[in-house]
Amino acid sequence: MIIYFKNALTRKNLMALTGLFLSFFLIIHLLGNLQLLLPEEQAQLQYNAYSHFLSGNIVIKLVSYVLYACILLHTLDAIYLGIKSKRANGQKLSRDRRSRASSWQSRNMMFLGIIIFLFLVIHFKDFWYQYKFGNVPFDENGNKDLYTLVVNAFDNIWYILLYSISFIALGFHLIHGVASAHRSLGLYHPFYARLVKIFGYFFSIAITLGYLIIPIIIYIKH
Amino acid sequence: MKIYLKIWRQKDNLSKGSFKDYTVEDVNKDMSFLEMLDTLNLKLVKQGERPVEFDHDCREGICGQCGVMINGIAHGPLKNTTTCQLHMRSFKDGDTIYVEPFKAEAFPIVRDLKVDRSSLDRIITSGGFVSVDTGQAPEANSIPITYEEAEAAFDAAACIGCGACVASCKNSSAALFTGAKITHLELLPQGQKETHKRVAEMVEQMEKEGFGHCSNTEACQVECPENISVLNIARMNFEYNKSKLLVKK
Amino acid sequence: MHTPFLDTKIPEGPLEKKWSNYKKHAKLVNPNNRKKLEIIVVGTGLSGASAAASLAEMGYQVKSFCFQDTPRRAHSVAAQGGVNAAKNYKNDGDSVYRMFYDTLKGGDFRSREANTYRLAECSASLIDQAIAQGVPFAREYGGYLRNRSFGGVQVSRTFYARGQTGQQLLLGAYQGLMRQVKAEKVKLYARHEMLDLVLIDNKAKGIIARNLDTGEIERHGAHAVVLATGGFGKIYYLSTLAMGCNASAIWRAHKKGAFMANPSWTQIHPTSLPQSGPYQSKLTLMSESLRNDGRIWVPKDQNEKRKPNDIPEEDRDYYLERKYPSFGNLAPRDIASRAAKEQIDAGKGVGALKNAVYLDFSRALKEYGKNIIKERYGNLFDMYRKITGINAYDEPMKISPAAHFSMGGLWVDYELMTSINGLFAIGEANFSDHGANRLGANSLLQACVDGYFILPYTLSNYLATEIKVQKTDIQHKEFDIAEANCRKQLEGFLTTKGSKTAEEFHKELGRELYDKCGLSRSKKGLEKAIENIQKLRKEFKSNLIVPGDAAEVNSELEKAGRVADYLEVAELMCIDALQRDESCGAHFRQEYQTEDGEAKRDDENFSYSAAWEWTTNPSKPNLNKEPLIFEFVKPTVRSYK
Repeated sequence: MIIYFKNALTRKNLMALTGLFLSFFLIIHLLGNLQLLLPEEQAQLQYNAYSHFLSGNIVIKLVSYVLYACILLHTLDAIYLGIKSKRANGQKLSRDRRSRASSWQSRNMMFLGIIIFLFLVIHFKDFWYQYKFGNVPFDENGNKDLYTLVVNAFDNIWYILLYSISFIALGFHLIHGVASAHRSLGLYHPFYARLVKIFGYFFSIAITLGYLIIPIIIYIKH
Repeated sequence: MKIYLKIWRQKDNLSKGSFKDYTVEDVNKDMSFLEMLDTLNLKLVKQGERPVEFDHDCREGICGQCGVMINGIAHGPLKNTTTCQLHMRSFKDGDTIYVEPFKAEAFPIVRDLKVDRSSLDRIITSGGFVSVDTGQAPEANSIPITYEEAEAAFDAAACIGCGACVASCKNSSAALFTGAKITHLELLPQGQKETHKRVAEMVEQMEKEGFGHCSNTEACQVECPENISVLNIARMNFEYNKSKLLVKK
Repeated sequence: MHTPFLDTKIPEGPLEKKWSNYKKHAKLVNPNNRKKLEIIVVGTGLSGASAAASLAEMGYQVKSFCFQDTPRRAHSVAAQGGVNAAKNYKNDGDSVYRMFYDTLKGGDFRSREANTYRLAECSASLIDQAIAQGVPFAREYGGYLRNRSFGGVQVSRTFYARGQTGQQLLLGAYQGLMRQVKAEKVKLYARHEMLDLVLIDNKAKGIIARNLDTGEIERHGAHAVVLATGGFGKIYYLSTLAMGCNASAIWRAHKKGAFMANPSWTQIHPTSLPQSGPYQSKLTLMSESLRNDGRIWVPKDQNEKRKPNDIPEEDRDYYLERKYPSFGNLAPRDIASRAAKEQIDAGKGVGALKNAVYLDFSRALKEYGKNIIKERYGNLFDMYRKITGINAYDEPMKISPAAHFSMGGLWVDYELMTSINGLFAIGEANFSDHGANRLGANSLLQACVDGYFILPYTLSNYLATEIKVQKTDIQHKEFDIAEANCRKQLEGFLTTKGSKTAEEFHKELGRELYDKCGLSRSKKGLEKAIENIQKLRKEFKSNLIVPGDAAEVNSELEKAGRVADYLEVAELMCIDALQRDESCGAHFRQEYQTEDGEAKRDDENFSYSAAWEWTTNPSKPNLNKEPLIFEFVKPTVRSYK
């Protein structure tokens, strides 16, 4: 039984499932965020109402716990597998050109993951923590004015740069992650495996661009 | 051609290894890489020095015994080619070539470039077979197997067990080796009967041997002398999940 | 020592009843007793792995040895073409009898009728067995097994798995073996080399083996010993065999009293890649099937300087088509090889070393187009390009003959037991069922049949008399003596401190043998070869250099042991070739040929197998003759004109 939980295949299954859930969340989150691009007046009220709705709903609350768990498990599993990989590697190669046979992102998922993780820390601190525990003014409908918080944050060019780097990292993480997750779960049919790979590419690009244009447009508008 | 070599020398698994420099003159471009090492060894033995120990046997790319890291790549610069089938025409006069053993925790070094790959044997031992005794077999044509099934099974069965997949993997995973055997036997009605037991046992043995996980970089397929598909790994994952989640014990 | 009577133990009865008669009357061992009996199997190729697995399944305790790092590397893995079986799936008139006759005729009527018949008889079960193990043989679209035809026969009875039939069959046997390792019925000793056979009271009771990873000398006892150590074609140095293939196990058994039969009969394969330089270590085989569409030729002028494609038709000599109009490029292996050597010897060889002939596909390419040729031989053309760097679609391949298969080996009776009690030899290691020339796709068959279907019966028959015998005591003084001798020999190699490596001796020996005891032999040449071999052996004793010591990984020491044996085997091969004043199959004596240069057999005087007995002097072996009695078939002249 222990070996079932310990072994690489089970860990990779968990990695895949959490990863896919997080990918799914990215879509939802993006759709919500796109409201930021509405005409300013409308955007402020609608976005704040939306945020208020999310923070009050019990179902959403439960889902958010799943989300936190996924982030945590995905991270812990990555660390576990990273250590396992290091151990399995044994003595280091003195000259290593194994990289020629695989894509850059597939070999650097850990590195990309760390960037994303660091981003998440900042992201949670600036918005999630602020919204929940900070001193946020209210809008005319009496909702917390998250919109203004966001718009003000995106006024800073460095902040946008940080965002851009993180989302490009996320994009590369997804290019490999989406296809790899399906493989880890056992998608072995050549046609569908290829289909998923292509889908993964477009998905990654769409998500990255989607998230990237929001701060950039806001920055330009203001 | 003149070739400069940096060869990994290590007395045994407990000793510390290091690169030693050698020069081989008069290298012919039609020599195989191993014949170039033969030439070096002849010189070394004549000088009363220990020759470089390396694994090799059939020298026609099928036994799977040869295999070293050449300039940091398993089996050298040519893709889908064993070390013995690599010829010196792939190098230039004056090149410096780094030669190291396959390095993985599950492949302890025996001496110099020789490694112990019995961990792969133990994976097969754990379940990579069809449980049939001599004499039990029914008439061969009694179970038809379509052309496509037989060809697909062959593609997976072609594995020569050289370990290049492990050596090329950044995680030193034996997933391609194990997946290929599981797929080969799962594709044939003779092997299907015990897939669940087989896959569980082989995957768990792989774990015990200290191989790493598969992160689907697909490097193994590129360097595999038999070009075995990474989809075999996905198939192993599928069968493993099925055996653990769907099959009643 | 008296000359023992060569009892072949062929059972009574008509040909087709012999094996079933034997099985009916063979003694059996009670399942409860089997676990008390130990068997040593040396070698894990097709015959060794299949025998070890089958015996373990029956309940015996088996110890399995191989010098490679895993059993799956044994050289059976390299067989390309296929395996024959008289299934008659093609409805083309095949039968056990026809297969038996083809094999006997292919071997130029120099094998035992009963053994050869049994080979054909058991062939069908082998295919069943392999399929059950999951061997992915080629299939028709409907799902049934596919066959192709092979040289020397008129039916389609060859089963194949692409160009890797040997690999797939071996993996089947290997997996069966590993299954028994899991069941703890087989104890596996990989990276172990047998150094000597131990006899106690004239029965084979164990071996001395060296752990090649640690250098440790180990003693292993058993109730019976099986040698499945393959052929020794590597004695020619340049051959299609693996680098590690050797004669040491059977030769050391020979020196303990097992007879060697027909050691000089070596099949030289016509379509291998030529040597490209003095550094070359091995010759790669290209499947014989290439000769279906390739045309073999040499330039008419031995001073030809033009590139092959620039040589016009009238300046080419398609010598096989000229000499053998009815079989042409598809003449049997021995004939095609000999004809090539004739051209090369006449100075018409091509390539930098003038040691090859052209195999030309230009006509087939024109006739069928590149796509069809690619479909048929694509993998071979790729292999050719990998090795030579030449694209064979643009210019002819260069091929040359290379040593390939040993028809000779340890003499065995019908039960596959050697002249030593309790010592069995199976597969290519025995002198087998192929006579003086082996047909394509019969070697995989013989190895499998010996291991799966014959040895389990005959070994049980022997062991039935050993039930009461205690486990072999490895402290017995015979083990002491054998171990001491092995140590002394290894010590001897290490302390010679001369200036020539084992490899150099091997190369020199190989050239000598290929030249004088290869494709064609003559009395004068053989006598000269014997003289040279003796000289070489003497030099080996005083001028060998082996670095390092015996208590560690030392591949030079391993080689030295193998070459020391080769130097003795080689002389016996020459002596064997010299005494056989006839030409048959692969054995071609220049003095005995017809007017048009074909082999001339002498059934009156040489219808026997020569079983050589060791006398402590390698130059003076004792000859025992096993007469070949043809009860059911009348030998005829083999003609391929």
